[in-house]
Formats: sequence, structure tokens, C-alpha cells
Amino acid sequence: MRINLNQAYMKRTIMAALIICSSVVNGLAQKYMTRTGKVTFFSSTPVENIEAFNNDVSGVVDAKSGDVAFIVPIKSFKFEKALMQEHFNENYMESDKFPKADFKGRITQLNAVSFGKDGNYPVQLQGKLTIHGVTKEVSLPGTITIKGNALTANAKFLVKPTDYGIKIPSMVESKIAKQIEVTVNSVLNRK
Amino acid sequence: MHIRKFILSVFVLGLGSFSVQAQGNDTGNGDDDLMAMLESEAATTANEYTTATFKTTRIANGHSIENTARGVLDFRVNHRFGLINSGLKDFFGLDGATTRIGFDYGITDWLMVGFGRSSFMKEYDGFAKLRLLRQKENGGMPFSLSYMGAISVQTNEVNLPDTLEYYFSNRLAYVNQLLIARKFSNALSLQLMPTHVHYNLVNYKNEPNDVIALGIGGRLKVSNRISLTAEYYYQFEETKRFVEGQPGTMTRNPLTIGLDIETGGHVFQLLFSNSTAISERNLVGQTVNDWGKGDIHFGFNISRVFTIVKPKGFENSRNKIW
Repeated sequence: MRINLNQAYMKRTIMAALIICSSVVNGLAQKYMTRTGKVTFFSSTPVENIEAFNNDVSGVVDAKSGDVAFIVPIKSFKFEKALMQEHFNENYMESDKFPKADFKGRITQLNAVSFGKDGNYPVQLQGKLTIHGVTKEVSLPGTITIKGNALTANAKFLVKPTDYGIKIPSMVESKIAKQIEVTVNSVLNRK
Repeated sequence: MHIRKFILSVFVLGLGSFSVQAQGNDTGNGDDDLMAMLESEAATTANEYTTATFKTTRIANGHSIENTARGVLDFRVNHRFGLINSGLKDFFGLDGATTRIGFDYGITDWLMVGFGRSSFMKEYDGFAKLRLLRQKENGGMPFSLSYMGAISVQTNEVNLPDTLEYYFSNRLAYVNQLLIARKFSNALSLQLMPTHVHYNLVNYKNEPNDVIALGIGGRLKVSNRISLTAEYYYQFEETKRFVEGQPGTMTRNPLTIGLDIETGGHVFQLLFSNSTAISERNLVGQTVNDWGKGDIHFGFNISRVFTIVKPKGFENSRNKIW
């Protein structure tokens, strides 16, 4: 009898400890992170289509506060044409002076995202986008996909190079789009 | 027994609330904290090679530290007009010209090869340029080092008495060159070029077959698309050609001053030089014109690159030229 009671206590205590522990773990694991996020940009004109890929993007999403930050190292953009990549860094983005582009902001309707439940959640991001040393207040539409411990961040938006002080000489004006399509497709893992 | 468990539970609970507390502080500072977190992670990764030390694979006449990228073909047209001081009769040199047409190709990112044909002495030349060391961005290797080796054959007609045989090997010359370059800043790059040229046959009896020279070159970026360049080869006196009683045969140190202009897929190089020819064989060891007398050629190089082998990861890209 006494032994049984002891066992019951034991069970209950272990359960309690487990619940507390798991809640502690949950409490810690509110951030999703990556260092190998993907950002693509695409410029489309009647003369030439140009696409460049970057797989070295760092990003973090804080599930509790809704804060989001992304850093894009400019020199990591890969072009099909080596000379174009050099010109992109040297002449347009001046990546020695401005090595990174970044976005700092937050998910505006955080309640709409259930981080604990698998699914697709359309979101709106509000924040500051810095490219070529110029910071602009932006509002970007995106999608958050939760699957287990992974959060996939998807966003597609247009950026005007002239808004960020990126000069395009008249000689190549016809080859570079007035608005560049930027696509974010990054898988972030729970930390 | 129960008390112990109770204490344990409280301890665990305490830990839990402590961690929540910590979490609260963390998010309180917002995304600046997140940014700092990302930056500290990113900082440990990047130590990239320095790029664009020079605009193209030649400073002006001679080689720069740059290679064509893997899978890229560079079609080059070099043109040198006649001497500027030739006056109105030859329209300041524009009437006469020497040309080299060549193709360079990047086999890997560290090995390029090239081939060209010059009108001057009907010369064919081939070369290989190997990257040995590369300057790094954030400390580490402070300079880049490459080796350039070339072979050249002049196929011009040679008039000799029937009794003398002119061997094919007589037409050959070899160039060995080290390129040591450093990009000091975005605007300034400098390069040293210790150079050895071997001529299988020379024109005069007491003319050395081997010329040793030290080249120095550099570029100064004026704007993102325009750079000033200069290159000079100092020939060591003992290896210079100087024939008593033949004043016109003395070789001079070649000096070239140029301007790089870049427009999309092209690089234009405009230059002034006392060298008539374009390849190292003639440039380094057989330049006879004198800047001081105004024996200067105006010339230009045009480079147009074509991507022959698509780099990895671009198989399904949306890149397209209409």
C-alpha cells in the first residue's frame, strides 16, 4: 500500500517535471535561424534577363516577438557571367563600401501564425530595408510555412535600384530593369 | 522523500521561470539584438579572395594578375597605330598599324591559356597563366602571385644566302614571368613583374640571348568605370641590346600609360606606348622607340567575354539574352 502510494507520487512528480522541462525547452526555442538562406534577384528587360543567386543569407525569426532580421552578403551573389558579377560588385553595389544588405523588421499580425502547428501563414512584414547603404521603410508581403522544427520564409518584392542610390549608366539602361524582383526562399531551423 | 521531490520540483520550476525571464529581456531589445546575433555568426565565415585587382587580364600591354574565370572565353583585339611623331604625312601614325587578335580561355579559376596572332613579324604566341597565391580580404595572404609562361614564333620571311639554313627553332622565343600584385585599396593596385625572355636567335653577334627585366605596373581607379594604368619594364643593363656603331639598335625600357574604360561586357583600353609590338617577346626585350623623342604609339585593346561553360547552379536559371 505504502509502496503503491510512493509509486503514484513518483509518477506524478516525473510527469510534472517533464511538463515543466518541455515548457522550458519551448520557452528557449522561440528563435528560428539560418546561415544558408537563399535570396535571388531577377532583372527582366526586352534585351536581357539577368538572375543571380545567393545561398549565404543569414536570417532569424523570433516567434515570440515577431522580430525578423536578414543579412545578405552582397559578394555572395553568383552570376552566370563572371564579368557581370564583378561589375555588380564594383560598379553597382560597391560591395567593398557596402558589403551587406539587410532587413530589420517585424511580422505585423503575429497572432495569425501558429508556430506550433504545421501550415502556411501569409504575413505582412514591416521594417527597414538597407541596400547600398541606403535605408528605406518598407512593407513586404510574405509567407511563413511551418513544418515541424523548420520555418520556411518566402517573400517576393520589387526593389528600385534608383531608390537606393544605385546608379545605372545610360549605356546599359536598356539591359537592367527599373524594378528588380527579389525573391527570398529560406529555411530556418528552430534553435 | 516527498520533501526532496518537492524541492526538486520547485528548483525545476524556478529554472523554468528564470529562463522565461531571460527570454523576456532578450526580446525586449528587439531586432537590434537579432541583428547582433546574426552578425557575430556571419563574421566567423567570411575570408574571401580579393577580387578585381585590375579591370582585365592585361594592365595595358603586359599581363596583370587577373585570370579569365573558368569557362569564359575572352576575345581580344589589340591595335597599335604608327608613331605619333610621324607627322601629317602618315596622319600622326593612324595610317600604319600593327594588330594582334587573340583568344584567352579560363580552363579553371586558377589556369588560363591564350593564343594570338600579331601582324608585327607575323608572330604566333601562346601562353599559360597560373594562379599560385591569392590575396585575401580579411588578413592572411597580403598579395597575389601568378606565373605566366609564353612561347612565340615569328613567321616573317627571312632572306638568307642559299648556303645558310634557317632552322625553325631560330624563330622561337620564350617568356617566363612572375606577377606579384597587391590591391592596396579599392582605388589603388600595384604589381611587380620579374621577367625573363630567351631568344633562340638574336640579330647581332654580341647581343645577349637572355633578357632579364623587372616590370612595375599599377592602376588608379578614377571612377567606378574608368581607371588610369601604367606599366614599365626596367631591363638590367647587362642584358640590354647595344651594338657599337649601330645607335638605332639600342633597346629601350617600354613605358605604357593607359586608360581602362568599361562598358557592360566590354573593356576598352586606350594607351600610349613606345612599344610597337604587343607580345612580351618584343615588348620587354626588343622595344627600340624612345619616349623622349616622341616615338610614341597610340593604341587600344578591346576585350569581349563570352561565357562558354555555364557555372554550376545555373542550369535552370532565367538568364537569357533575347
